[in-house]
Amino acid sequence: MIKKELICIGCPLGCSLEVLVENGSVIKISGHSCKKGEDYAVKECTNPTRIITTTLEVINGAEAMVSVKTERDIPKDKIYECIRALKGVKVEAPVEAGQVIVENILNTGVNVIATKNVARKA
Amino acid sequence: MKEYDIVIIGGGPAGLAAAISAREEEIENILILEREDKLGGILNQCIHNGFGLHIFKEELTGPEYAKRFIDKVLKLNIPYKLNTMVIDFNRDKIITAVNEEDGLLEIKAKAVVLAMGCRERPRGALNIPGSRCAGILTAGTAQKYVNIKGYLPGKKIVVLGSGDIGLIMARRMTLEGAKVVEVDELLPYSSGLKRNIVQCLNDYNIPLKLSHTVVDIKGKERVEGVTVAQVDENRNIIPGTEEFVSCDTLLLSVGLIPENELTRKANIEISGNTGGPMVDETMETEIPGVFACGNVLHVHDLVDFVTMESMEAGKNAARYVKGMYEKKGEVVELTAGEGVRYTVPVWVHTGNLGDGVDVRFRVSNVYRDKYISVYFDDVRIMHLKKRILTPGEMETIRLKPAFFKDRTDIRKITIKVEGE
Repeated sequence: MIKKELICIGCPLGCSLEVLVENGSVIKISGHSCKKGEDYAVKECTNPTRIITTTLEVINGAEAMVSVKTERDIPKDKIYECIRALKGVKVEAPVEAGQVIVENILNTGVNVIATKNVARKA
Repeated sequence: MKEYDIVIIGGGPAGLAAAISAREEEIENILILEREDKLGGILNQCIHNGFGLHIFKEELTGPEYAKRFIDKVLKLNIPYKLNTMVIDFNRDKIITAVNEEDGLLEIKAKAVVLAMGCRERPRGALNIPGSRCAGILTAGTAQKYVNIKGYLPGKKIVVLGSGDIGLIMARRMTLEGAKVVEVDELLPYSSGLKRNIVQCLNDYNIPLKLSHTVVDIKGKERVEGVTVAQVDENRNIIPGTEEFVSCDTLLLSVGLIPENELTRKANIEISGNTGGPMVDETMETEIPGVFACGNVLHVHDLVDFVTMESMEAGKNAARYVKGMYEKKGEVVELTAGEGVRYTVPVWVHTGNLGDGVDVRFRVSNVYRDKYISVYFDDVRIMHLKKRILTPGEMETIRLKPAFFKDRTDIRKITIKVEGE
């Protein structure tokens, strides 16, 4: 059995949660003051995920960098791996917001897409 | 001199929303003036997600949020000038601006929307002693370096202040390979969102030291470290707690100030509490036809609320130009009572409330299990229980026309925090 301590992000109260986890499932939550805290504790202790955003270098672009994001959230423990996989990736201008930059990153089934337009250098 | 119906100063989220809503009220002759080389303002460098939850019910990144409004401005063919710096503005609504193409521009506007946004408090505002060396920058400047220019401005970072930009940059610098040693916060609580504390600091094991501040900066050419000390409840340094922290960069996230140089040029009174002009329920300042919205008026936490407020300002500017603008009823002053730092607006016209007017305000401390009360003179007309109130989160209450029914001669409306 593992005891995990979390701060709930559901609202500014920021309840301190204590969660008991056994074999990957939550068996007890304390410290929460509403349903949001309960849901958050279960999600964070069983399948924590994040959307990752970063910037990549643009080749022949009117701007140096293009901002990108994972189209959906990916497992939290893959954050660094995802950033490493994107390290050194360069994108040829023009870039359109929504354009897929890397397909199915780390076999998560999630694409990395551009979040802005970058025109080609004049 | 060129004449426009509405000139909007600033092409960030406030200016874009004001322009769109003015055009939707069928004003053709609009001009947006923007000093940067693109529209969108600070959103362009805020590449993280979390924007738009209130307006679009989805989580967008800053550039994506900006794009929705920029695309609309383009579709509506609203004219704008980039790289254009407004250098003067007066009470006759004459605007002087400069850019490379037109040189000096003089523009007369029937209505003006002030949407210049805000700026970060710099080192000079903090009185930290120590070296004037390289490596001390605001979190927003670092954000521009990393996200727009592609430079990493340091490798070993201390962040002073736990505002949202500081938290966001702690994570961003970490992901780019820098080591963020710690975040120091003078107050016993962070003004940042809980979500940012968890997802920007805790996720990366970055310590947040509350009631701590930087008391000295060491370094010759470049920062070599800072001295951090603990402070007591009166924010005085506790002797003996000083500790040297080695770093090459100090990022400052110590508050935002509305950028009102132009507002001051027109001698519009600035509120000491918000740093922005005082407005009524239509977002109009003391000069008829001059409106203000967004962070130039008061600093917001969420861009969604900037958009909503600015839509209102743009709509009212349009009505002013069309001569449909009438403010009925008495002028009543809104006052920030105990526990409340400010209110926007600061005046309302009792006969001009439509379906209701949103009053935005901030509390001055962290309060648990208290009430927000609204008084019309000595009569309490609203009493809302709140589990938590924090200075970092803007609060909104809605004044409804029904409240004013059968109540004439109201002299003052007070909003305050009460124990019961």
